[in-house]
Amino acid sequence: MAAVKLLGAWVSPYNCRVICALKLKGIAYEYMEEDLLNKSPLLLQYNPVHKKIPVLVHGGRSICESAVILRYIDETWPENPLLPADPYERAVALFWIKFADDTTFPIAMMYLITGEEQKKAAKECSEMLETIEEHGLVEGKKFFGGDEINMVDIAFCSVAHWLGVIEEVTGLKAFEPHKFPKLNSWILNFKSVPVIKESLPDIETMLAFFKGRREMVLASKSS
Amino acid sequence: MEGGVVLLDFWASMFGMRVRIALAEKEIKYEYSEQDLRNKSDLLLQMNPVHKKIPVLIHNGKPICESLVQVQYIDEVWNDQAPLLPADPYKRATARFWADFVDKKMYDSGSRIWKTKGEEQEAAKKEFIENLKLLEGELGDNLYFGGEGFGYVDVALVPFYCWFYAYEQCGNFSIEAECPKLIAWAKRCMQKESVAKSLADPEKVYEFLLQLKKAYGIE
Repeated sequence: MAAVKLLGAWVSPYNCRVICALKLKGIAYEYMEEDLLNKSPLLLQYNPVHKKIPVLVHGGRSICESAVILRYIDETWPENPLLPADPYERAVALFWIKFADDTTFPIAMMYLITGEEQKKAAKECSEMLETIEEHGLVEGKKFFGGDEINMVDIAFCSVAHWLGVIEEVTGLKAFEPHKFPKLNSWILNFKSVPVIKESLPDIETMLAFFKGRREMVLASKSS
Repeated sequence: MEGGVVLLDFWASMFGMRVRIALAEKEIKYEYSEQDLRNKSDLLLQMNPVHKKIPVLIHNGKPICESLVQVQYIDEVWNDQAPLLPADPYKRATARFWADFVDKKMYDSGSRIWKTKGEEQEAAKKEFIENLKLLEGELGDNLYFGGEGFGYVDVALVPFYCWFYAYEQCGNFSIEAECPKLIAWAKRCMQKESVAKSLADPEKVYEFLLQLKKAYGIE
């Protein structure tokens, strides 16, 4: 079996998505942590277009963009399928994965903003959570994937794990359990899955990282 | 409308055109429903409550939203002819990557060409051309992005071709001068009936863009 390598950054939710998928499928891989402030020649070689992580390298060939990587993994290792078999159900799942791609990416970057910009971001974040609550999650279904997690659940990992950290670090408040009961249940269910627990970065390490970054942002804004 | 296919669309939308091309490639009969985007129909709001946008593909009464999701759905359900995605997972990943590139980069840089002026517009033009050059690189010496045959990335990108004239007029530049290979590819695609029938008339697109600019208060 050709070797699998993942070029990533531990703090990135996109990286986490790929780790979740690899672990769910039981795929052995070599992980290479990238210093995003000092990108390696390997990263630039494997992702010349975007120069970003995550990059999956399989048999020497690179696949870029986390959503594309997830589908590649699912198609190359078809056991434990991460998408529904029915084309319509699959189209619905892909819609939500795109929604996660388009609307949740600012979460991890919200430590960068303050003041009015932060208020605006909090509002947009709330609206995004309302949409998921109202249209994405079904009462009684444990996960987006039903009884088992699937690619949609993985795609929303930044909501499950990064949002809480960012809220604590910035004081921004977008998620309230009583306002989003279905989402709250989903987060608890998602984070209880053993493979997911193994894949999510350690909370304390994340808090320390984002607090440090936040302090730098605030210091530069006040100088 | 059991078994029926309906497309909620807007004539000038590049995203809608993608779906029209895919439906035509597969020779699927469908009802085309032109939407008034300034006065959205109840049907549109009901079928796409999350984004309230076109295109919306309705099959057997059930909606599918997002143009590339729609194209993939069409390719999977009507898999007896004109395959748009290749069979090999790595080639599929490559196709999805470049279609995603078109989504992330083309619409945004293209829009900034007509929405801005001066330095901002120059920057938008530069970025737009750089993106097209990257796509030219990917095309290489192939007839289509799909290789020998017309495929997924061709479907994702070719609708932008009918907007090029409008961008050129607004930005006062020639896309063909910078990216002749890409224009040659686009003209090759236009030889296909599915593409020629689905793309809007570039002059009409430009007229529409002028109206949009007025509405946005841009000179």
